Amino acid sequence: MTEAETEDDLSHATLPVERDDDHPIVIEHLRNVFGEHVVHEDLSLTVDKGEIIGVVGGSGTGKSVLMRSVIGLQLPDAGTIRVLGREITAAREDNDIDIRSRWGVLFQGGALFSTLTVAENVQVPIKEFYPDIAPALLDEIARFKVMLSGLPAEAAAKYPSELSGGMKKRAGLARSLALDPELLFLDEPTAGLDPIGADAFDKLILELKETLGLTVFLITHDLDTLHAICDRVAVLADRKVIAVGTIPELLASDHPWIQEYFNGPRGRAALQAKDSPPGKPRPGPEPEPGHEIEQEDRDGN
Amino acid sequence: MVEMPHPPDFTTETDAGGLVVALSGPLLVATAGPLDQRLRALDQPITRVDLAQVTAIDTVGAWLVCRLLGDHDAELTGASDDARRLIDAVGRAESGAPVKPERPSGPIRVLASIGSAVYGIRGGTFSALGFIGSTVLAVRDVIRRPSQFRGKALVHQMELVGINSLGIIAMMSFLVGIVIAQQGAVQLQQFGAEIYTVNLTGRIALRELGILMTAIMVAGRSGSAFAAQIGTMKLTEEIDAMRTIGVSPMVALVLPRVFAAILMMPLLGFVSAILSIIGGATISTLTLDIPFMTFLLRIQEVVPQRDLWVGLIKAPVFGMIIALTGCYQGMQVQGNSEEVGYRTTQAVVLAIFTVIVLDAFFAVFFSEVGWI
Repeated sequence: MTEAETEDDLSHATLPVERDDDHPIVIEHLRNVFGEHVVHEDLSLTVDKGEIIGVVGGSGTGKSVLMRSVIGLQLPDAGTIRVLGREITAAREDNDIDIRSRWGVLFQGGALFSTLTVAENVQVPIKEFYPDIAPALLDEIARFKVMLSGLPAEAAAKYPSELSGGMKKRAGLARSLALDPELLFLDEPTAGLDPIGADAFDKLILELKETLGLTVFLITHDLDTLHAICDRVAVLADRKVIAVGTIPELLASDHPWIQEYFNGPRGRAALQAKDSPPGKPRPGPEPEPGHEIEQEDRDGN
Repeated sequence: MVEMPHPPDFTTETDAGGLVVALSGPLLVATAGPLDQRLRALDQPITRVDLAQVTAIDTVGAWLVCRLLGDHDAELTGASDDARRLIDAVGRAESGAPVKPERPSGPIRVLASIGSAVYGIRGGTFSALGFIGSTVLAVRDVIRRPSQFRGKALVHQMELVGINSLGIIAMMSFLVGIVIAQQGAVQLQQFGAEIYTVNLTGRIALRELGILMTAIMVAGRSGSAFAAQIGTMKLTEEIDAMRTIGVSPMVALVLPRVFAAILMMPLLGFVSAILSIIGGATISTLTLDIPFMTFLLRIQEVVPQRDLWVGLIKAPVFGMIIALTGCYQGMQVQGNSEEVGYRTTQAVVLAIFTVIVLDAFFAVFFSEVGWI
């Protein structure tokens, strides 16, 4: 090993790497502009390893744009974004493949490949990155991933058009978890789900986070989700992150939007639900185990 | 930057209870491929699986262990808490469900697709007839209550179907006129009869070509647009919203489009025929030494007026066919956005096909009534 390389390794071993190890996502002074419309201005946010961070904000505050910037689908006008120690803002799609195997993304509508079955959807990233895995193992992997994401086993052989909205989201989750990513991006995972389905989804995310040690970047409007699973919440307003913290910390803030958000009628209801006795995370009938999926099925899309 | 993990490995040894498999290294999806093959090849019964030497594990690694334990009914030792939790979680998620949709065998699929195609023709015929019927009913409704008719929409559609396509149709017709005259002249010259180029160009443009080319262009331009617009509205539930408000989509969407096409097709067909003749005249001036004005005067002599009428009678019929096909295919859209593409293609293909079939009937009909 040459001296230069040794030095390089050393410099990696010091502060930056350590920081990136603890913080899978570091956004600094991000600026996004669409034409005349400034979406983000001087936005900074740091995500800790192993946490579920919820991103909230009114409609049009650029939550999805922020996620698209972080995963490299949207080139920012200024600022830097480091994901898993890699600078995304400078990364090009073709020379930065390996980082894509370390994160999973669930888009709002699931974004499943419509010509493939759910199982084949799950296998796409695995085949892409690890072509030496035998078909038999691929099928086994697809089977347990589908079950892990809370789908009934027979959903593996179905095409996306045969699934309800909630099942598509779960299938999308199964695909985003295909490579056991360190980092999971979820764009409104519970939007459009019935409360029981949403509840089950929340539990699933929490369970997966605990079993797989994921860091989750979660965009949501769902106050119950925020209370139920998020370690910290980042509030987007006025083109930047105006506050990051646990919900009690945010409640102490005097920013009018945060107050209105968490102390509005819905915010209070969600808070009460959170404080209600354990085992009943939400008011309403307790879902019967095993029936939640069917329920969603009937719900259709 | 890509770190290649050391491949995972395993050793087997026999102790008091039986065979022990000791796995080592990282059990990750990235390295699972070769290990999977080797583990499958183990055919002796295993009593214990040891994970003490495993450095990292993910769900795929956990699955390999889980499968090994399950296949041999073996005991797990040396697993960290994380590993144990993962293996438990994956074990709970195990299922024997098929991952591929059930598909009947080849010959049966062929028969089934023939059957469903035939059945589809039957269903398509009924629903197409139904659509024509409801269009007629919508016309009746409008006649009873003329205030219902969407005059503005009609004018707007006339602009889209007619005015906006004038340029492309004029251009295309001019060029086709040139080709007809030039190619005709080459053949006719062999008999020294190049003056008949005028007859050829004039009659074919007015009777057949002008109107047929216009129909094809309108089908490609407007028929497809009708199908795509109405299909998208169907997908976004706009059509359903109209119905619940009490607005008939047949009156509000279909009739303006159909009437716009019926009204504009003769005009476009006429423009097309005229431009073809001008194209023919231009090339004759340049290559055949027939002066431009002579060509036009000769047209007056050799082309009977009823050629014009033959073209103009066919035009509104073609327009109606194109618009009805487009709107009908749009209304048939259901399910997903893929369907919009399919229906749009169908609208164009069926419209052009029907127009050409009808044109053949018209040709025979006009010959039989003596309009030769």
